[in-house]
Amino acid sequence: MTVTTKGPLSPKGQLSPRPYDVAVVGAGVVGTAIARELARHPHLRIALVEASGDVGDGTSKANTAILHTGFDAVPGSLESRLVREGQRLLSAYAAESGIPVETVGALLVAWDDEQLDALPGLLEKAGHNGYDAARIISADETRAREPHLGPGALGALDVPGESIICPWTTTLAYATQAVRSGVDLHLNVRVEKVSSEDGAHLLDTSRGALRARFLVNAAGLNADVLDRLVLGSGDFTVTPRRGQLIVFDKLARDLVRHILLPVPTALGKGVLVAPTVYGNVLLGPTAEDLDDKTATGTTADGLDGLLTKGRRILPALVDEEVTAVYAGLRAATEHDDYRIRCHEGRRYVTVGGIRSTGLTASMAIAAHVAGLIAEADPGLDLKDPVEPLPVHMPNLGEAFPRPYQRADLIATDPAYGTIVCHCERVTRGEIRDALISTVPPASLEGLRRRTRARGGRCQGFYCGAAVRVLHEGRGEWGPE
Amino acid sequence: MTRRQRGVDVLVVGAGPAGLAAARGLAEHGVGVVEVLEREVVAGGVPRHCHHRGFGRWGVTGPQYAARTVEAALGSGARVRTGVTATGWAGPLTLDTTGPHGLERITARAVVLATGARERPRSARLVPGTRPAGVLTTGELQQAVHLHGQRVGTRAVVVGAEPVGYAALSALRRARVTVVALTTDQPRHQLGRASAVAARIGHGVPVLTGTTVAELLGRGRLSGVRLRHRDGRLTTVDCDTVVFTGDFVPDHELARRGGVALDPGTRGPAVDGAFRTGVEGVFAVGNVLHAVEPALWAAREGALAADAVRGFLDGSGPAPGGPAIEVAAPLRWVAPNRAVPGVPVDGFVLRTAQALTRPVLVVTQDGHRLHRQYVPRRALPNRTLRLAGHWTGKVDAAGGPVRITVGGLRDGIFGAATE
Repeated sequence: MTVTTKGPLSPKGQLSPRPYDVAVVGAGVVGTAIARELARHPHLRIALVEASGDVGDGTSKANTAILHTGFDAVPGSLESRLVREGQRLLSAYAAESGIPVETVGALLVAWDDEQLDALPGLLEKAGHNGYDAARIISADETRAREPHLGPGALGALDVPGESIICPWTTTLAYATQAVRSGVDLHLNVRVEKVSSEDGAHLLDTSRGALRARFLVNAAGLNADVLDRLVLGSGDFTVTPRRGQLIVFDKLARDLVRHILLPVPTALGKGVLVAPTVYGNVLLGPTAEDLDDKTATGTTADGLDGLLTKGRRILPALVDEEVTAVYAGLRAATEHDDYRIRCHEGRRYVTVGGIRSTGLTASMAIAAHVAGLIAEADPGLDLKDPVEPLPVHMPNLGEAFPRPYQRADLIATDPAYGTIVCHCERVTRGEIRDALISTVPPASLEGLRRRTRARGGRCQGFYCGAAVRVLHEGRGEWGPE
Repeated sequence: MTRRQRGVDVLVVGAGPAGLAAARGLAEHGVGVVEVLEREVVAGGVPRHCHHRGFGRWGVTGPQYAARTVEAALGSGARVRTGVTATGWAGPLTLDTTGPHGLERITARAVVLATGARERPRSARLVPGTRPAGVLTTGELQQAVHLHGQRVGTRAVVVGAEPVGYAALSALRRARVTVVALTTDQPRHQLGRASAVAARIGHGVPVLTGTTVAELLGRGRLSGVRLRHRDGRLTTVDCDTVVFTGDFVPDHELARRGGVALDPGTRGPAVDGAFRTGVEGVFAVGNVLHAVEPALWAAREGALAADAVRGFLDGSGPAPGGPAIEVAAPLRWVAPNRAVPGVPVDGFVLRTAQALTRPVLVVTQDGHRLHRQYVPRRALPNRTLRLAGHWTGKVDAAGGPVRITVGGLRDGIFGAATE
């Protein structure tokens, strides 16, 4: 099991005589899924390189955390197929590995006649996407199903299969399984130049050189940049589309039962209200096309706009306390579909333009990419994958027992009965486990994504300093 | 899941000044088993990390005060259990707990909620920008500095110029952090006169009034804050630390989960003059009622609440009910929020939404004046405004709501300052 975070990739500056078989650039939800899929072939030497200090630290950490059915995809598109397959694959994987998922269902609520008129078309589209469980419900039924909805809802499309999921645990489960299956995960590696050498890709990076026979571009927001480094040109440009979101307090959770999706109209997609698996309520996102791939800040206008829309959808929501605000960037391109393309002669696959459905589709994207690689480079021998050892991720979801609720666990180790982060009820045992896990957190933010510590309503007022002590390794790990 | 089930006479949640004083008052009078649950590892509440003086006569500091109150509670015979969290309700007077020794379900004859208050963090204040490290509240800052001796940063901006802002300033100085400015969106600072002089002249820290934080800057670590001044001008201040002070809110989660009605003004449990919530047998006391008052005030309430709980337990307490107490703008809220006829109240705590010059507080019920009180100084937002409580004896139990308004020198003339 290898995770490196610093120092040269090749010790003493000497390149290993044998290049990696495959290098995957980008350890977001897509890159880690691909690495995990390829790791099912134990004879392959695989590197997963990531510019940030942690996995899932870009687009994957800041999204709407929905496991989509794919009912509203463009029928016949690659995205439609991969989302549908990915939903099935990830649902099964989540159940097996402890990723929290709740199938709460979605309602696309129509607030005016134009939106109401759009519902039959959406129902038909769902059918074309192979999703038959959707149906249109009346204003009365909509209100009965969501009693706190604001006035004026005219009806809704009911999509019972839509679910909420923990995006952090998903990425982490993939990465953990990949590393345990032998993948070398190299963090803080920024790819600066790519050239060819003896039939392999030579990557010059911020941590020195790395060679790989086959290269996979899963660089998310920077996929277009890497394409240009490798190919000299690219067939798409990533335009970061910022989505700002507001997370409301857990005490707001009872106000909403479904994912309340907007009805897409000519004016674009709108703002949703959705529960989270952590027991909060999410309001967002905005959609702002930007030039800056690092512009993950929120703005006063963005937040004001969200509150105005939220007040219409669920008036009582905006009276509740806000726990967090954040912004994520979607890797939008000028194309409607995913941009997954294999450059066979170059032994190179680009996995670009993976937008908000990427979390849902991740496992199907990985299988698809593995298929492309097998075809492009028979020498890698991707036949007969083996099942990796299962992973059991710590549960972050409120719908399943958390350690502080488990007498059996506390009896074996009192650290699981010692709550450190009070708002999120994170125990000392969970923080310890995260710090010594296969892919340990690089920062307090990484620790938050693994445990929820410091992520609650007080944002550190009570526990911030104590969590920092544990993170900095000054806590004692012996039994109390 | 196995939970150990047991019973006590009174269960107090929270071992801060209010909870400990209530427990002491009950245990001293022989009210059977009085147990205090404290989720922190050490009892004493927020004063544990308030190193400044002012917790009693002769310059008692927060940690000294915390240690004394814990000792006094233990000396009275109350049980104080630390590292134990009340995680939810299993019945009207039954709480589920988690601690290193396992899960419990504790039923009491009366429950006292003393869960305190916290400062709103940056996110709840909807301050835009990036999410870098180096963004704190005073509570986190004080714990980092005073309890753990952690390094904080090098250059800080303190948001808020109330007394707690000055406490943040002193914690930052102890951590050898240069404080670049204290900012407040109010037209004037609300430090005490001595603190303001000490901040400005003693430490050379400018106090920027009429200023809001427009944006936080920086990736990984805070690199600066963008400030918006009264005239709309934007300036950027380089700093690696920002402390959001004040803007306290009651920590009301347990109360709400237990179905305890809140007062819309305070956002804490609605209580009457005997600290009774809307749920029979559940009392609330201290800063969960009014975020936020000094420790000595919270402790005084705790002692009074002990009497009220004893009255409830032996059946000698007043009948429940009584008219609501309401405030009119520019007053924001009052606590307690319900009058119990015939029960004298030590005093009421209020807040105003705008500065008032020597206001007169007028208490009426159904058009009859019950009380009129001259306030011999300015009343400022976020600062305590107290109202005497002896007039509650005149409240008509069957009458309408009691109203508190601001009068002028003669009633009806509005006394709001123009500033």
